Amino acid sequence: MALTTRVARIPALRRADSPRAKADLIAVTAGCVCVALLAVAILAPLIVPYQPDAIDASAINQGPSAAHLLGTDSLGRDILSRVLYGARLSLLGPALVTVLSTTLGTAVAIAGTWIGGAFDRVMARFMDTLFAFPGLLFAVLAVVAFGTGLTAPVIALSIAYTPYIARVIRAASLHQRQLPYIEACQLLGFSSWRTATHHLLRNVRLLIVAQATLAFGYSLLDLAGLSFIGLGVQPPAAEWGLMVSEGDSALLNGYPYESLAAGAAIVITVVAFNVLGERLTARSQGRQ
Amino acid sequence: MLSQARRWILSPLLTLLAASFVLYTAVWLQPGNPLTLILGTRASPAQYRYMANKLGLDRPMPVRYWDWLVAAVHGNFGTSLVYKQSVASLIGPRILTTLLLIAYASVIILVVGVALGILGGMSPRLAPVIAGLNGLGVAIPGFVAAEMLTALFAVRLGWFPVLGTGQGLAGRLQHLTLPAFALAIASISYVSQITRAAVSAEEQSPHVDTARGRGLSGPRILRRHVLRNAAMPIMTVSALTVASLLAGTLVVEYAFGLGGIGSLLDQSVSDKDSNVVLAIGLILVLVFVITTTALDVLQYLMDPRLRLKGATKWH
Repeated sequence: MALTTRVARIPALRRADSPRAKADLIAVTAGCVCVALLAVAILAPLIVPYQPDAIDASAINQGPSAAHLLGTDSLGRDILSRVLYGARLSLLGPALVTVLSTTLGTAVAIAGTWIGGAFDRVMARFMDTLFAFPGLLFAVLAVVAFGTGLTAPVIALSIAYTPYIARVIRAASLHQRQLPYIEACQLLGFSSWRTATHHLLRNVRLLIVAQATLAFGYSLLDLAGLSFIGLGVQPPAAEWGLMVSEGDSALLNGYPYESLAAGAAIVITVVAFNVLGERLTARSQGRQ
Repeated sequence: MLSQARRWILSPLLTLLAASFVLYTAVWLQPGNPLTLILGTRASPAQYRYMANKLGLDRPMPVRYWDWLVAAVHGNFGTSLVYKQSVASLIGPRILTTLLLIAYASVIILVVGVALGILGGMSPRLAPVIAGLNGLGVAIPGFVAAEMLTALFAVRLGWFPVLGTGQGLAGRLQHLTLPAFALAIASISYVSQITRAAVSAEEQSPHVDTARGRGLSGPRILRRHVLRNAAMPIMTVSALTVASLLAGTLVVEYAFGLGGIGSLLDQSVSDKDSNVVLAIGLILVLVFVITTTALDVLQYLMDPRLRLKGATKWH
């Protein structure tokens, strides 16, 4: 057992190892899907066949056809165009949550391992309180306080996701702190700031990226759910969670295309980000 | 003993206190005057002042928070501004629907999730298939599952009703079947993932090899040697998943038009019905805190090693 683990660490042998290579192929595919989705979001105005808010009273609730590849919704808007355009709002929210919560979580975790003592205890109490709120409830409360839209839920979810990220990074950085290189940095007279940002942070960066990727998928689910129940992004904006909800009445009449298309977009995105995040987590743990 | 009391009684109570303050602050920050709901826009300023004084809305926020908290601890959540009846009488009948939905979904999650997980952990051939299904399942949110299940089983096949709560226990269960599955799909995959990992880790452990070497039968090894050791992570994840279902009802009850506390919360947030929002929010947080604490106690009782270590939740 010990020998096989040691052998598996040699890069050349690892590449020849077929399950690992297959898993990496999956990770690369997931990564490509993620990049493609971001590209769609950025390039949406250039690639949509119709304007996403162009109403066509003569083509209401149509099934897929040559003119409308995914059909039209209850206002005659082209579903494909709306799904592509919807990538912008649907991915913008999770991207913001990811950046904010990862930054906050990493800062809290590393500060906690460095300062320790009372700071750590206060933070732990704070995080325990946050753990008591399911992410969606926290976002709903933000809507109560600050109204519907994207801003309030994004800030609320960023705070709600912070403890989950902080917990993982904290465990890793506690482990790193007792490694000899930290002591070496201290002996060389580096400041704590420099040791933390230039050395410790570099060693846990893969784990941070992995956690961020996972947070992206989960926050997309929460934000889309919030729009679905009418407390997030408001009509007539094109957003996937909202589209699933708007397609509801057409679905009951036998035209499930809008809900299906938007739902599929959500599922594909979350699968891609989750798979990539899990592969990255596994790799970063293998490295440590 | 003292540290246990701190961990299982004092610490959850502090968490609840802090959470209740966060809840109250959110509602207090709510823009708009709640009195317009009662008085309309035509009332005179004097009427507004009288009503604010009568309801205690003119007092400072900490005082109002404290009064609300004391009343809530005594089980009094005040009156709904929209329905003009006590919040308890609004929540009472609805919470039954929600509890039935959660119980139904929990049974599905535990049976299907653990079964799939064991299958995946035991059979190397099925493992990748089940891992793939799990990866897909965790990415299907309740509301997408709700729409898909409705499109297929209610609209296309007509096996289940589209909306509503139903009459009698059989009718209720039939109305709750699609919502329960919609609520369960992501959690099934999650529980199955953890079960598979735990079972396959135990399968490869030396003590299971020994049991095999002693010639014990497969089912006996599974029951006595694999599942006993894998029970801890499975139990932990199942309990946390079931607790999180309560938040999932916000979305699934809305999708199916079920009259439970999840859809009541959605409605109350839109209506700015603050007393109802506070009460349901507090219930959600309370259930979550109780579950995590109970889980902590249960783990302590089940695993003697924890009694020696005294690990904290945060680490």
